[in-house]
Amino acid sequence: MSGGKLITGFAVTATSHTLGEYRARGGYQALERALLGMKPEEVTGEITASGLQGRGGAAFPVGRKWSVIRPDDGETHYLCANADEGEPGTFKDRWVLENAPHLLLEAMLIASYALGVRHSFVYIRGEFDLAYRRLAGAVEEAYGAGLFGKDIFGSGFSCDVFVVRGAGSYVCGEASALITSIEGKKGYPRNRPPRLTVRGLYQKPTVINNVETLANIPWIIAHGAQAYRTFGTTKSPGTRLVSVSGHVTRPGVYEVEHGYPVGRFIHEDCGGVLGGRALKAVIPGGISTKVLTASEIEPHRLGHFGDCEDRRVLPQSAGIPHLEPLVFEGESLQAAGSSLGSGGMIVIAEGTCMVRVLQVMLRFYHHESCGQCTPCREGMGWLHRIVDRIVSGRGRPEDVDRLYEISRANDGTTICGLGDAAGYATVGILDKFRCEFEYFIAHGRSRYDGCLECLGSS
Amino acid sequence: MKHLIPECEALKARLPQGFESTLVLPCLRRVQEERGYVADGDIDALAQYLGVPRVQIEEVLSFYTQFRRQPIGRWHLQACHNVSCSLRGAGSLLDRLRERLGIEPGQTTPDGRFTLSTVECLGSCGTAPVLVVNEVYHESMTPEKLDALLEGLE
Ligand SMILES: Cc1cc2nc3c(=O)[nH]c(=O)nc-3n(C[C@H](O)[C@H](O)[C@H](O)COP(=O)(O)O)c2cc1C
Ligand code: FES
Repeated sequence: MSGGKLITGFAVTATSHTLGEYRARGGYQALERALLGMKPEEVTGEITASGLQGRGGAAFPVGRKWSVIRPDDGETHYLCANADEGEPGTFKDRWVLENAPHLLLEAMLIASYALGVRHSFVYIRGEFDLAYRRLAGAVEEAYGAGLFGKDIFGSGFSCDVFVVRGAGSYVCGEASALITSIEGKKGYPRNRPPRLTVRGLYQKPTVINNVETLANIPWIIAHGAQAYRTFGTTKSPGTRLVSVSGHVTRPGVYEVEHGYPVGRFIHEDCGGVLGGRALKAVIPGGISTKVLTASEIEPHRLGHFGDCEDRRVLPQSAGIPHLEPLVFEGESLQAAGSSLGSGGMIVIAEGTCMVRVLQVMLRFYHHESCGQCTPCREGMGWLHRIVDRIVSGRGRPEDVDRLYEISRANDGTTICGLGDAAGYATVGILDKFRCEFEYFIAHGRSRYDGCLECLGSS
Repeated sequence: MKHLIPECEALKARLPQGFESTLVLPCLRRVQEERGYVADGDIDALAQYLGVPRVQIEEVLSFYTQFRRQPIGRWHLQACHNVSCSLRGAGSLLDRLRERLGIEPGQTTPDGRFTLSTVECLGSCGTAPVLVVNEVYHESMTPEKLDALLEGLE
C-alpha cells in the first residue's frame, strides 16, 4: 500500500459525490472552522506552514503564491481553479471532479476567504462530460445550501463561483492563457512580469491553483499543518495523486505518499507491466517530463542501461544511474533528471518503438502550439516533420543532432513553457534511446516493427 | 438564438460587473449545442448582445478546436490518438473506424451519418483507448465494442 490517504480515503459509490454524503464525511467543517475561527492571514499561514506545493506541474509553494495577496488591501482579487487537465497521461483532477467535487468547492471557499476573493472561477476542460456534470451539480447543491452566495455561515463572508468550460486547447491550461480564455479571448499566454498575483484576470491580482493542489486544503485546515507534515517527506510533504496508464496491469488514479518507491509502486500496487513483459521506460509526470529507463527506476534490479545495448552510443548527458531506488519526491526525480510534473505516469513495456512514441508526442505539441512565439511555432513543426520523415524511412544521419539543436533553441525563448516542454520530452527520449533513432535512420525501419500497442489480457 | 438570452442573463448574475466578455465561450457553446455549428448570423448577434468586437469572436472560433463553423455528421466520433491511447490500441481502433466507415479523420460519410476526428489526450488514459461519441466517453474500447457501438448509431 502506497501510504496515507488525504484525498481519496473514502469508498466511492454511486452517491459519494453528493453534498449529503460529503457532509456526512465531515465535509465543509474545515470551511466553518476557517470562517468562524480564523483570520484570513491565519489560513494562509497554516497553508504556508504545511509546505504544500502545487500539483499542476511546477511544484510552486502554495503559501508563497498566496502571500503576495493582501486580503484587506481593498483591491478586487480573483481565484481560479485550474481544471483544464490537458497534460497527456494525466487524469487525476478528473477523479476529484467526478468523485469529490465538493472537496474542490470547499477548498475554493477557504482559499477565497484567505485571499479576500468575492468571485472565484473554475476553468474546466471542454471535453470533460461526467466531470463537468458532477461539478455543475455540486455548485447548484452548494448554492442551495447557502455555501455560496452572501453571508456564508453568518460570517459576513460572501463568495460566488462560476464554471467556465474550455473549448479544446492544451495551452489554455497554462495559467496566463487560462486567464485570457476566461476573458473570452483566444488563449494566448502572457509575458511575466507582472505576475498574475499582481495583475491577472481583468488586470486584478489573481491566484491560480490546480484542482489537486486545492483539494489538499480542507484537510490541512481541519487537522493543521503539523499533522499534514507527518505525511510524505520533509521536502515534499503530503501525498500525490498519480494517474497511471500505458502498459500496466492496473491503470488508474492512486494516492501515493511522497517518498514511496516508484518501482515498487509499478510492480506491486499497479500489478506490474502488462502481459508480464519487462519494463522498458517510464514517463513519470506527463509527457512533458523526461523519460526514465527501467534501470534508472530500479538500479538495484537491473543491470542494463536503457534500451541501448551499446553503452558507448550514450552521450554524457544521459546521466549516471543512481544507486538508490527512485522514490516519489521532487528531489529524487530531479536527481534523475526528470520531475514529478503533473503526476501522469506512463508505463512503457519492452518491445515498444520509442521513435514512434516521440512522433506521437511531437504531433501533439505541434498541433497545440498557439503560434504566438516564433521559436515554438516554427520549432514544433520542424521537430514533428523530422520525426515523421524518420518514421517514413527517409531519415538522414544528421537528423538526431538537428532534433537536439531545435529543442535547445526553444528552451527559455518563448512566453510559456509549451515549447520548453516539447524540448525536454525530445531530449529525454534522445538521451536514453538514441540508438533506436540511429537504427531507424540507417535501416529505414523500426527496430521494434514500429510497435506501440501492448494489449495484454485485459 | 434569442431564446438563449434568459439563460445567459442567469449566468451574468453570478459574475462581477463588466464580465460580459467572459460569456463569449459559454454562449458559443450553447449556440453550437442548439444549431450544431456556429453560423455567421450567430456571431453578429453575440457581438451585439455582449458588446464585444466581432473579430474577438472570430478569433475564438478559429483558435479552439471544439468550435465548428459548418454542420457535421449526426454522430461525431472522436478517437484519441495521444500516447497512452496509442500504447493501448488507438491505432488499431482508428484503422477499424476507417475501414468500417470508409472515411479518413476529418471527413464525413456521404449519408451524413458519421464524422470522424482524431483528438488529443482526453484525460481517459487509464481507460484507454477512448472514443467520444457526441460528448459521451466510451472507454477501454476494443474492436468488438466498436462494432456493437456503431450498430446502435442510426
Ligand atoms: C503548456 C502548459 C500547460 C499547462 N496545463 C496545465 C493544466 O492542464 N492543469 C494545471 O493545473 N496546470 C497546467 N499548467 C501549469 C499552470 O501554468 C500553473 O502552473 C498551475 O496551474 C498552477 O497551479 P499549482 O501551483 O497549484 O500547481 C500548464 C503549464 C503549461 C506551460
Ligand atoms: S492519451 Fe488518450 S485519453 Fe489520454
